[in-house]
Amino acid sequence: MNFMQNFMKGFFKENPVFVIGLGLCATLAVSTNMLNAIGMGIAAAFVLLGSSVLVSAVKKVTPNDIRIPIFVVMIATFTTIVDLSMKAWTPALSSSLGIFIPLIVVNCIILGRAEAYAFKNSIWDSAVDAVGMGIGFTIALCIMSAFREVIGSGTFFGYPLFGPEYKGPLMMILPPGGFLMLGLILGFFNWNRIRKEKKNGGGK
Amino acid sequence: MNITHLVMIAIGSIFLNNFVLSRFLGICPFLGVSKKLDSAMGMGMAVIFVMTLASVVTYLFFFYVLVPFKLEYLNTIAFILIIAALVQFIEMFMKKNMPSLYSSLGIFLPLITTNCAVLGVAILNIDTLWPDGSHYNFIESTWNGFTGGVGFTIALVIMAGIREKLEFAEIPESLKGMPIAFITSALIAMAFLGFSGMKIM
Repeated sequence: MNFMQNFMKGFFKENPVFVIGLGLCATLAVSTNMLNAIGMGIAAAFVLLGSSVLVSAVKKVTPNDIRIPIFVVMIATFTTIVDLSMKAWTPALSSSLGIFIPLIVVNCIILGRAEAYAFKNSIWDSAVDAVGMGIGFTIALCIMSAFREVIGSGTFFGYPLFGPEYKGPLMMILPPGGFLMLGLILGFFNWNRIRKEKKNGGGK
Repeated sequence: MNITHLVMIAIGSIFLNNFVLSRFLGICPFLGVSKKLDSAMGMGMAVIFVMTLASVVTYLFFFYVLVPFKLEYLNTIAFILIIAALVQFIEMFMKKNMPSLYSSLGIFLPLITTNCAVLGVAILNIDTLWPDGSHYNFIESTWNGFTGGVGFTIALVIMAGIREKLEFAEIPESLKGMPIAFITSALIAMAFLGFSGMKIM
């Protein structure tokens, strides 16, 4: 697999949220507006990059039996760094993401990449994979929150789109909207896959 | 100790801010273990048990170890290690002393370590403040853990009941599996949203 394939696979082909189905709690919870989505995406990508590089660097000296606790401590360390930095530099974003910053520790994307990729590959490959996956997670968050913010509150990055008269269905930015939107997007991905399979099957 | 506080916590974490349907904590087990009613009950009981115990241990550790040594910023690392060790310990204890309970709940225990509802309740217990600025006390934290687990179980059991019926429904090809599970949860969440009109105080 060459560099670009390794980097780009996380964007859509192996998107951690929409295709593999990891990290759903954070995706549903913070995708109410674009700012939250980008903040969360960058925070998670940073933790992912740090922990992947570190896991890959110590893979030769890590005993196989206790690798999971070791990974978890490394991830928790990077999460604490992100948590404290965000509290210091972006207090507004930190308080609107709230509990989901410390909960990056139990985000399955990060442990999943450490276990499935970084533990078996070189430092450079793991770093590329981590950045790609981090961007894929951010893309997923942005797609979700673009729909939810535009439909639910009629704004994009906080700028009103449809004038002050617009009263959107409030449901979209409340919890049910998150479930509904994710269900529809996953349905779209399935529909696309089935359509491609049919096309390939018909050609033979 | 204040009975109204306990009632407020119970109604809050079961109905108003249900851990799954409104706080989005513990989505993975909510979708993974909700295919059969029996296993949903088993998972629910295991989560109630672990959330209650985790609330007790993390609360004591935070206020009697981390706060006196001024190490509050280490709470994430400390809590995840405590929860992992606790789950491991419960599993060993159950295997030795309560084999019948272990055979029904045992398989769910390892899954709970990475359940964000457990770490979530530990963090919420020390982060949430009453309007007068005081922290939850020990009993309130334990109660919050227990009722949070009950809320999780209620959501899980409702979902499992619907999904068992859904097996026989005709669903469009591309919505089968996960998508329809999410749309079902959206409808349940909408029903739970009805509770948010309740004013407790």
